[in-house]
Amino acid sequence: MTDIYPVASLAAHAPSLSPGYRSTQKRAPLLPPIAIQAGASELSGPMLGHDASRPGDDDLTKTDDGKEAQGERIVVSGRVLDEDGRPVPDTLVEIWQANAAGRYIHAVDQHPAPLDPHFYGAGRVATDAQGRYRFTTIRPGAYPWRNHANAWRPAHIHFSLFGRSFLQRLVTQMYFPGDPLHALDPIMGSVPDAAARARMVARFDIDTTMPEWALGYVWDIVLRGRAATPMESGSHG
Amino acid sequence: MVERKTLGITPSQTVGPFFHYCLTPAGYPYQAAVDAAIAGAGAAIEIVGAVLDGDGAPVGDAMLEFWQADAAGRYAGADAGLPANAPFRGFARVATDAGGVFRLQTVRPGAAGASAPHIAVSVLGRGLLNRLYTRVYFAGEAANATDPVLALVPAERRSTLIATQEASGQWRFDIRLQGEGETVFFAV
Repeated sequence: MTDIYPVASLAAHAPSLSPGYRSTQKRAPLLPPIAIQAGASELSGPMLGHDASRPGDDDLTKTDDGKEAQGERIVVSGRVLDEDGRPVPDTLVEIWQANAAGRYIHAVDQHPAPLDPHFYGAGRVATDAQGRYRFTTIRPGAYPWRNHANAWRPAHIHFSLFGRSFLQRLVTQMYFPGDPLHALDPIMGSVPDAAARARMVARFDIDTTMPEWALGYVWDIVLRGRAATPMESGSHG
Repeated sequence: MVERKTLGITPSQTVGPFFHYCLTPAGYPYQAAVDAAIAGAGAAIEIVGAVLDGDGAPVGDAMLEFWQADAAGRYAGADAGLPANAPFRGFARVATDAGGVFRLQTVRPGAAGASAPHIAVSVLGRGLLNRLYTRVYFAGEAANATDPVLALVPAERRSTLIATQEASGQWRFDIRLQGEGETVFFAV
């Protein structure tokens, strides 16, 4: 058995040079990447899982002293799958985000919106045996950036995932349904295919919504697949 | 191959400029999930380099992730050579500083299979919609001449993948994202 990571699905990603997103103009490589066969370096990967988070790291709405963040409390939950539909269990999911006013705690963020002393904005959790994850957090605000005149990022939560090999590593952003800023955002819009863009948008879910407590969103994340095939050779599928 | 029906993958998006307080939280009151250095038996080395953009300007908000075999050429992780409880983890994450400079403390990796010793590197940052993948090889390694990946790289670009030794245990590896001397990146 050979693990094969088909490359066709990678067409869902944005072109590295997406001039509407200004920061790509001087940072995107201009030469095409050189295609190589996956070897031991790529078929293995850091197995960061339950050891990498502590109980409570999945709840961003409270500081360690129990004080509560301001804003609209939400639950974001879903499954991490590979493209063949198999759950990806016991893998670390890291998230970070702006607060309800659209301000990051990051030292470089100068957006003149208030910081919330009880909201840090980072969390992590490992998926369970079925690939499920769940965070409780605050709905982030939109915020301005200087990409173009009157540019605003749609509300989003950054996600970092490892999967089971170096090839499954993914850093992406989750967006909220119905946001009029989606169509104006060059980062989201860098993804050329509308169906692929839609896969970055969570859906509101009344069953995830907790009565008297928090609105619920569901977002499944799909990593590259390991098409384990009985082929003898290591050739690409 | 049998026709394969798949879910579409989730597209990559930039890590943005504000990842540090979560992903590489030096200077912030958060406990990192990921090591900032690679510890293990073998020769301790430091790799220092700058990440530069198409104008040669330093990229002060890049994040680099390193993945490597141990000194004996064994990878951590399931079915990868080392037992699950082995102390060697082989993975580290560092950010560039305002001058675009990164530093990785690690152990010199051994050769795994037919590959020359190398470290796999992911480059993420503002303006990088997709992770870039490159490798650090080591100048003076005889196995570089027969490495199957280096063999795919045009000879005049191979030097972008090879760290140079500046002192004992001290290596230099710059990453040029774009333009003259552009680092070789891989698709896999």
